Amino acid sequence: MASHYEAPIRKPLVLGDKGYHDVSVDIARPVEGKANKQWWIVFSIALVAFLWGVGCIIYTISTGIGVWGLNKTVNWAWDITNFVWWVGIGHAGTLISAVLLLFRQKWRMAINRSAEAMTIFSVIQAGLFPIIHMGRPWLAYWVLPIPNQFGSLWVNFNSPLLWDVFAISTYLSVSLVFWWTGLLPDFAMIRDRAIKPFQKKIYSLLSFGWTGRAKDWQRFEEVSLVLAGLATPLVLSVHTIVSFDFATSVIPGWHTTIFPPYFVAGAIFSGFAMVQTLLIIMRKVCNLEAYITVQHIELMNIVIMITGSIVGCAYITELFIAWYSGVEYEQYAFLNRATGPYWWAYWSMMTCNVFSPQFMWFKKLRTSIMFSFFISIVVNIGMWFERFVIIVTSLHRDYLPSSWTMFSPTFVDIGIFIGTIGFFFVLFLLYSRTFPVIAQAEVKSILKSSGERYKALRAAGQPLYTKPERGVIIEIEPEQEEVPEVVPQGQPVLQLLDRIGKFDIGSQIPDDLKKVKGIGPLMEKTLNKIGIFSFLQVSKMTENEYDLLDSITGSFPGRARRDDWAGQARKLINLD
Amino acid sequence: MAATTIFKAMYDDDDLLMHAVKELRSKKYHIEEVYTPFPVHGLDKAMGLADTRIAITSFMYGCLGLAVAITMMNYIMIQDWPQDIGGKPSFSYLENMPAFVPIMFEMTVFFAAHLMVITFYLRSKMWPFKEAENPDVRTTDDKFLVEVQVKGDEEELKELLLDTGAIEVHVPKK
Repeated sequence: MASHYEAPIRKPLVLGDKGYHDVSVDIARPVEGKANKQWWIVFSIALVAFLWGVGCIIYTISTGIGVWGLNKTVNWAWDITNFVWWVGIGHAGTLISAVLLLFRQKWRMAINRSAEAMTIFSVIQAGLFPIIHMGRPWLAYWVLPIPNQFGSLWVNFNSPLLWDVFAISTYLSVSLVFWWTGLLPDFAMIRDRAIKPFQKKIYSLLSFGWTGRAKDWQRFEEVSLVLAGLATPLVLSVHTIVSFDFATSVIPGWHTTIFPPYFVAGAIFSGFAMVQTLLIIMRKVCNLEAYITVQHIELMNIVIMITGSIVGCAYITELFIAWYSGVEYEQYAFLNRATGPYWWAYWSMMTCNVFSPQFMWFKKLRTSIMFSFFISIVVNIGMWFERFVIIVTSLHRDYLPSSWTMFSPTFVDIGIFIGTIGFFFVLFLLYSRTFPVIAQAEVKSILKSSGERYKALRAAGQPLYTKPERGVIIEIEPEQEEVPEVVPQGQPVLQLLDRIGKFDIGSQIPDDLKKVKGIGPLMEKTLNKIGIFSFLQVSKMTENEYDLLDSITGSFPGRARRDDWAGQARKLINLD
Repeated sequence: MAATTIFKAMYDDDDLLMHAVKELRSKKYHIEEVYTPFPVHGLDKAMGLADTRIAITSFMYGCLGLAVAITMMNYIMIQDWPQDIGGKPSFSYLENMPAFVPIMFEMTVFFAAHLMVITFYLRSKMWPFKEAENPDVRTTDDKFLVEVQVKGDEEELKELLLDTGAIEVHVPKK
C-alpha cells in the first residue's frame, strides 16, 4: 500500500527478517525470561550504592547540613550541581518522544520508551536534592501554595525557586502519564502472552484493560500528539526555569541572559549522552541490536555533536559578553574560572563538552559503538563539571576578598551523589526486566515502511503481503445464558407466572430488567430463574403478585412495592 | 438487541484488513468493532469513525488551568497578603504579571495534559483492575480482528470474509 512507502535510500530501522510476531517475541523476551548473572551483579552494586546514599541522607538529616562541605561563602555546591545535572539528563526523554514525534522522526520509536524511563528516574534523583537541602524534609509541603499556620503568609510566586517546584513537578507528572499511556498497548501485549496467572494479573493491572479497539487507537494517537505538543514547550520551560535560579540573581557569572537557551542545549546534550550510555549497554544485554541499530547510535551522536557545539558557542559568548560588558566583577568571574584555582574544572568542562563531541564529524568514529560509549561517558562527566564550574567558581571568590575560600566535598556529599547514581540504576535495571523496553506497538506500525524484510520485498518488486491460504470457519458455542441450577418450582411460582404471563426464551427477546430501579444484576438473575424476563411481565404485577414474589425470593421483602416496579416497567415498555 | 449475530473475522495483515474493511463497507455491512495490535493508519476513516474530539477537551482544560493559575496568584499575591518584594510592590496583577508567567504556563500544561489523559482513559474505559475486552488474545500480538454484523445471507458473508483473506472466521454455532 502506498502509505507504507519509504524511499529506498533510507536505511532500515528494524534489521533482520522480522514480521509482527517476531517483534512481540523479541520485546517480551527480557520480561518473560530470567535475569542473567551480569544483571544480578550490576543490580547488587547499584543497590549497595543506593543504600550507602540512603545512609548519607539519613546522616545529613539527623545531624544537619553542616555535614556537607559548605561554608559561608560557598553555600551552594554539590547538591545543586547534582540537582541540575540530573534534571538536565532528564530532558532527553521527553525531547526524544515529544519533539521527534512532532518532527515525525521514526527512529525515535526504538529509543523513546527507555529515554522516557530515564527521564522519570533521573527527575526523581533531581527532586531528592532540594528536598534534602531543606534540612527538614518533613516540611517539604511548605513549598505548596498553602497559608502558614500563623495567618495567611503564602509562598512567594515571584521566586524562581518556587517556579522550579511547579515546573519540575509538572514535568515529572506529565512525563509519567505520557510514558504510561504509551506503555498500555505494550503491557497489554505482555498480558495476553502471559501464561503464569501471577504475571497475567500484574500485567492486566498495569495495562488498565487496554483492548485495542479502532476508536481507542484513534484517541491514543491524538492524545500522543497533543501530549507531545504540550511536552515540547514544557521541556524547554523546565530547564529555562532551572536556569532562572541562577540568572535572576545578582552574582557575577550567574546573571546572564544567555542562560535559558544555554541550559536547554546543555540539557539535551547531557540527556542524549546518558541515553547513549544506557542504550548501548541495553541493546547488548537484552539482544535488541535489531531495533537499536548502529544508525540509531549514529543519529544520537549527531544530536550530541550539534548540541555540544551550541554549548561551546554559549561558553564563548559568555566570555565575550563578560569582556564586552566592561563590568569588572563579571570579567573577573570568568577570568577566575579559566585561570583561578578551579582552572582544572573549567578546562575539564571545555575539553569534555566542546572538544570531545567534535570527533563525531567523522563517520567512522560516530558509527563505532565503543567510541560512542566512551564519548557518552566523557560528556556526562563534562556536563557535571559545567554545573560545578558555574556554581562553585562563581561563589568561592565573592565581593569580599577576606571571605574568599575553596570548597571541598565531604564523604557525605560524595556519598549522596553516588547514592543517587545507585538509585537511578536500581530503577533502570528493574525497569529493563519488567517493562517492554521498546514501544513495540509503534515499531510494528513502521515495520512495513522501515523494516528490512519489507524493504527487501519492495526492492525486489514483490508485494508486501500475500493472501493466506483460504481460511477456516470456526463455529463457536454461543455464550449460554447461565442455566439456573435450581429452578424455583412449586405452587407460588406457577401461580405467579399464571397471572403475569409466561415468557418463551426461544422466540422472545428478554428485556434488560436492570433498567427498573431496584432490580440489580442479582435480582435480575433471580427473576430470570423464576421465569420473569420481560417488562410486560413485571408491569402486570400488583399487590398480590408482589407478595407472591417476596414469598418465593425471600430477599428484600417489600422492595418491589416500594419501588413500584410495575409502574416503572409500564413506562419502559412505552419507551421501547 | 441480542438478536443480531456477529461474525468475527481474523486477519494476519494490516493491508488485507484495510481491503476487507473497505469491501465490507461498500457492501453495506455494519462493522461492530475492529481490534488491532497497533495503530493502523487510515483505519478510522475506512471504518467511518467520527474524528475524536479529545484535542478540543485538552484545549478547554488548558484554559481552565490558566484561569485557576491567574485566580490563585491574584488572590495570594495581590489580594490576600500583598508584599513589597525587592522594591516591587504588589499593587496590581497586571503590573506584576511577568513574574507570574512561568506558573501560568505550567498550570496550563498541567491541567491540559492530565485532564485530557484522564478523559481518554475514561472514554476508552481504561483504569486499574479493568478487565480487557479484546475477544482474542492474539489481537495484541500480530492478528487483526473484525466484528461484522450479519445481514441477510450468512453464507454470503462467510464467503466474503474468506475471500478478503481472513484466516479464521468465528461464527456462532447454530
